[in-house]
Amino acid sequence: MTALAAILIRDMRLAVRIGGGALIGVLFFLIVVTLVPLGVGPDLALLARIGPAILWLGALLASLLALDRLIAMDHEDGSLDLILTARVPLELVLAAKALAHWLTTGLPLVIAAPLLGLLLNLEPKATAAIALTLLAGTPALTFIGLIGAALTVALRRGGLLLAVLVLPLTIPVLIFGVAAASAAIIGPVPFGTPFSILCALTLMSVVIGPFAAATALRHGLE
Amino acid sequence: MRLSASDLACIRGGRQVFRNVSFALDEGAALVVSGPNGAGKSSLLRLVAGLIGPSQGRLALEGGDPELTIGEQSHYLGHQDALKPALSVHENLVFWTDFLRAGDPLGKNPPKEMGALAAVGLDGLARLPAAYLSAGQRRRLSLARVIAVARPIWLLDEPTSTLDIAAQAILADLMRAHCAGGGLILAATHGPIGLEGAQELRLGARA
Repeated sequence: MTALAAILIRDMRLAVRIGGGALIGVLFFLIVVTLVPLGVGPDLALLARIGPAILWLGALLASLLALDRLIAMDHEDGSLDLILTARVPLELVLAAKALAHWLTTGLPLVIAAPLLGLLLNLEPKATAAIALTLLAGTPALTFIGLIGAALTVALRRGGLLLAVLVLPLTIPVLIFGVAAASAAIIGPVPFGTPFSILCALTLMSVVIGPFAAATALRHGLE
Repeated sequence: MRLSASDLACIRGGRQVFRNVSFALDEGAALVVSGPNGAGKSSLLRLVAGLIGPSQGRLALEGGDPELTIGEQSHYLGHQDALKPALSVHENLVFWTDFLRAGDPLGKNPPKEMGALAAVGLDGLARLPAAYLSAGQRRRLSLARVIAVARPIWLLDEPTSTLDIAAQAILADLMRAHCAGGGLILAATHGPIGLEGAQELRLGARA
């Protein structure tokens, strides 16, 4: 087994075995989305209109939940020292860790989104569009979050700072994610335009995230 | 293979931890680093591993793999055991051997995790989650990682702390075998660790 497969499998195994991984994120997502109809009242037309934004905001907040553990756990138990002295480029290790994180926290959100669409009075077509935009957009949230996780790794209880650092950077992803979903539901812009930009944002963050995070780690741990 | 350091200095948190540290280690030699608390023993090992940068001086390795840094040819055994409590003893070891063996020529280092576990006396606990290990057993598991993957330089930070007498004897045998095989050892310690004939470097004469 290669080193990257080893770290991918280890991180996924840890996320599944330790509480606070996949299931907690989905539960949090569920609670946030459920609270909205209770808050704004049973106006079905309004719910359908703000549905995409609610699902996207819920997914954004849920994806932040476990981010602070992404690198901090390895820092606390000394694993990071060994990762830094391994013969695998740090950038690739971080990319593998981010991928494992997305598979255990981002992907369950995408799968849960259609179920939650029911609570917001969304058409099946709208729900499918939102799930598709979440599938394309949540990797960007994870890889942008990776940078924040690397920057705050040496801080104890850096979770709140991490959220403050990462949330502004995710604004473009949120805007184009919701725009693409709305385009599919209401129009008049074709779905492809904002969706392509969303995909471009994800590809960009997948490329830049690991390099920026590796640089932050190398300089931050001195 | 020859590891040499000349005129190393280290600054941590704005404080000069040590300066003018020089040593040279030839193939099969060991260096025991001693000194009072805060003298910079751990910092010296982390510096050799490349985890922190020297503020002055230089480290050189002759005869190693020129493609790799010194840290990439070293085992770093620090105060923390780098174990995941949720994984079993065997899973922890297999992960590190898979991860650290990357880049080794295929077939040169066949997997020998169970052998390494047996060598440190943990073969009966392979399926136990690492969360239930005692401090000494955690340290033994870290040692299993060091012997399961071949690396020429061992950087051991107080390796005998938490180990019982039997494990200290195992460790001494392992270190002697490593030196006999041409490996280098840098060990930071407060007491004797069973390396007769090792060079000694004493840090921090001042308070």
